[in-house]
Formats: sequence, structure tokens, C-alpha cells
Amino acid sequence: MMNGTETETEDGTKRSRSLLRFAAPQVFYPIAGRLAPWFAWLAAGLCVAGLWIGFFVAPTDFQQGEVYRVIFIHVPAAWMSMFIYLIMAFWAAVGLVMNTRLSFMMAQALAPTGAMFCFVSLWTGALWGRPTWGTYWVWDARLTSQLLLLFLYLGFIALTQAIEDSRRSDRAGAIIALVGAVNVPIIYFSVQWWNTLHQGASVSLTRAPSMASTMLVGMLLMALAAWAYTFAVSFWRVRSLILERERHTEWVAAELDEQEARA
Amino acid sequence: MKPRSKRLMLLGSAVALLVAAVALVLSAFQQNLVFFHTPSEVAEGKAPVGRAFRIGGMVEEGSIRREADGLTVRFAITDTAKIIPVSYRGSLPDLFQEGKGAVVQGTLAPDGLFHASEVLAKHDENYMPVEAQYAIDQAHKAAQTVQQ
Amino acid sequence: MQWTSWSAFWDMGGAGPFVWGSYAVTAVLVALELFFVLRRRKETVRRLSRLRRVVPSAIEPGGAVKERIE
Repeated sequence: MMNGTETETEDGTKRSRSLLRFAAPQVFYPIAGRLAPWFAWLAAGLCVAGLWIGFFVAPTDFQQGEVYRVIFIHVPAAWMSMFIYLIMAFWAAVGLVMNTRLSFMMAQALAPTGAMFCFVSLWTGALWGRPTWGTYWVWDARLTSQLLLLFLYLGFIALTQAIEDSRRSDRAGAIIALVGAVNVPIIYFSVQWWNTLHQGASVSLTRAPSMASTMLVGMLLMALAAWAYTFAVSFWRVRSLILERERHTEWVAAELDEQEARA
Repeated sequence: MKPRSKRLMLLGSAVALLVAAVALVLSAFQQNLVFFHTPSEVAEGKAPVGRAFRIGGMVEEGSIRREADGLTVRFAITDTAKIIPVSYRGSLPDLFQEGKGAVVQGTLAPDGLFHASEVLAKHDENYMPVEAQYAIDQAHKAAQTVQQ
Repeated sequence: MQWTSWSAFWDMGGAGPFVWGSYAVTAVLVALELFFVLRRRKETVRRLSRLRRVVPSAIEPGGAVKERIE
């Protein structure tokens, strides 16, 4: 404990000059508060644009008809559920190496949103699978590894909530985040590595997308909306976490005074 | 060594070990992760004997026909190298079509006929307007006429 | 635009329940998450303010922070 405090004071001088100064909770708290509403409005705007294109501009698909329109939430949600887990693992690694408390808080602020997107991808996938494949669910490598991702999210949330001591819960959560990150490339490449019922990727970095351009634009707008939404919600959530964790500091006392005066 | 670089080293080696362990486990379970076998694998005798398994491939063009009872459907599934005849009683998914992907679950009879208990359609990752598909079909036809 | 009427739009070529079932559940989950996140912030501020009045030692600078605040 003493060791950790010493390292932090030792870094204090460097922090003011580098990017690391944002790692100080009292610096990040107001920034997150100012940025979150902008991201929320951006998400709303992108979502309206994406849905408009998805439902009124994008044409009917040649083999699936109208049911393919589930893609405008299914794919962005699935992408987001994988990205968020990688970002959580990144913050967990940063937290373990640099001993920055804010990194662990960011990881914990992201987990519920990642779990939500993961569930959405499974739910919409099931509703999409019934009319196209002829089944809600199969235990192929893609679907099974995505279900495992949901359990990893829930395990992370349960574990970090269950351990009282915040330093220990941060570390335990970080281990799940890092170990579970191995599952993300497995989900992504499962359709290439094994025979799966799930089709391959329509959009990838290595080749031209196999989608009509208006369909693609609608899907990408929805993906950007999901990004902006994730920023907004995780910033709001991390602000509550910061207040709780830093409640013994002067600046939180000042913030609480200000909030009371405003109310 | 600074404590920070030491932690980074430890973390890095732990992650490397973990990745290696997962790679080993995955290669060991390779067989169980296979959702379906291809007709070629079945022909080579790689499919499990005596229990239900799945075959995935393309529904052979012109192979779908209904039996006299109106419920049983016969078709053939192919990976362009080998062909497996399939018999199935039940309703088919909307996307089940000749020339399209399908996955059938069931057992292989000694006479080589696959008795399916479940038929799933496997669609590809292409999404395009109906008109575009029509244009592609026309282009295909034109190309075939030229070849002939 | 490919919709000739609103009923055609809601029908989604016969796949209405699947398409709208996907969108409805997603919308409800997003709304719930926003609601809980914003409520959590209000509650945190209120709870910490009360705690500071009732048990100043739980929150004072450098004080032992033993209570788990939910």
C-alpha cells in the first residue's frame, strides 16, 4: 500500500508534463463530464441517420429479402462487444503495469455496456437465424465463442462487485479481462478457422466489402453511433466510480458542495 | 530494473504463456469444434460412424425433388468434388435453394443415403439489391452463351 | 424507397416479428442502461453528501474508509 502511494507521488511531477496527467481522477472527472453529453448527442444523430438509410434507402437483399435489416444492429453490436472487451483488457494491463487507479475504473465502467452489446448481438442473431438458417441457435464455433464472451463480461462484473477491497477487486477483474481477451480473436477468426453455420465476414480490412454501398453506409453509421454511445455511457459511469473511490479527497468534497449548492 | 518494467515483463510473459496454452487446447479440440463435415471428408471416411453428424455444402443444382407422399424431400449435397444424396422429412428453411449452401444433420445409411433429421440453410456474406443479382445472372448467361 | 405503405413497412416482407423483435429489445436495453447510469450518478452524489454529514470520519481526507458504499 505504502509502496503504491510512493510511486504515485514520485510520478506526480512527470504527470503534469505528459499525457499521464489525464490519468489523475480529479483531472479526468470534469473532462468526462463535459464530453459525455456531446458523445450522447452524436450517438443519437448517427443512429437516426443510420436507421434512416437502413430502412428507407438501403434496398431489399437479393437472397434474404427484408429480414437482413437486422444487420444494422447485429453487426455493430457484435463488433462493439469485441472492441469493448479488448479496450477493457488494455486498461487492465495499463492499470497493472502503471499502477493507475483510473485505468481500472475505466475497465469497470465499460463492462456493463460491453455485456449489453454482447447480449444484443446474440439476441438479434437468434431472431435473424430463425427465418434464414432455420434455427435460433446452433453450437457452432462462432456462436459458442460469442456466448462465452457474454459469460466473461458477467464474470468480470460479478467478481469486481463481489470483492470489497477495491485494490483486490481491481486486480481480480484485470486478470479476467486479460485472460478473456484471448477469446476475442477466436470469435473473430472462428468463421475462417472452422466450419461454422455462421457466414464469413462481409466487411474486413483486407478486402473490399461484399455489400451494396447503401447497406454498408447504414451499417457503418450505426457502428459509429455505437462507438459514440459507448463513450458517453462509460464516461458517465466512470464519473460515479471516481466519486465513490475518491470520496476521501478534498476535491470530491468540493464537488459535492457544488452539487448541493446547485440542487 | 524499475518495478514498472518488471511488472510489464511479468505481464507480457504471462499473456504469452496463456496464448500458447489456448492454442494447444484449441488444436487438441479441433475435431469437436467442427460444426459440419464436407462431402469429401465423408467420402474419405473421416465422418463419425454410428452417430449423428452434420454435412455442409452446396445443394446440387437440379437435385431437389419431392417424394410421392409430398413430405419427404430428396436432394444431393456437394462440395463440387463429392456428392452425398440426402433424404429429409419436414419443413425447409426459406433460404434453402438449389445452388445455395446448406447444413444437414442426420445419419449415414450403409447404402450411402444420408437420412437428415434437420436441414439448415447456410447463406453467404454477400448482400446486394435484387436488381444487382439480376444483372449478375444476365451477365453469367451472356458469358455462357459466348463460351458455347 | 421500397415501401408502398406503412403496413408493408411493419410487415418487413413477412419477417416483421424478427426484425422488430430485434430492434425493440435493443431499444429497451439502451434506454434502461441510460436510465440506470444517469440515476446512479444522482444517487452517488446524494449518498456521499449524506454520508459526509452523518459519518464525517468515513469521508474526511486521509480518514479510514471502511464502509462499503453501494
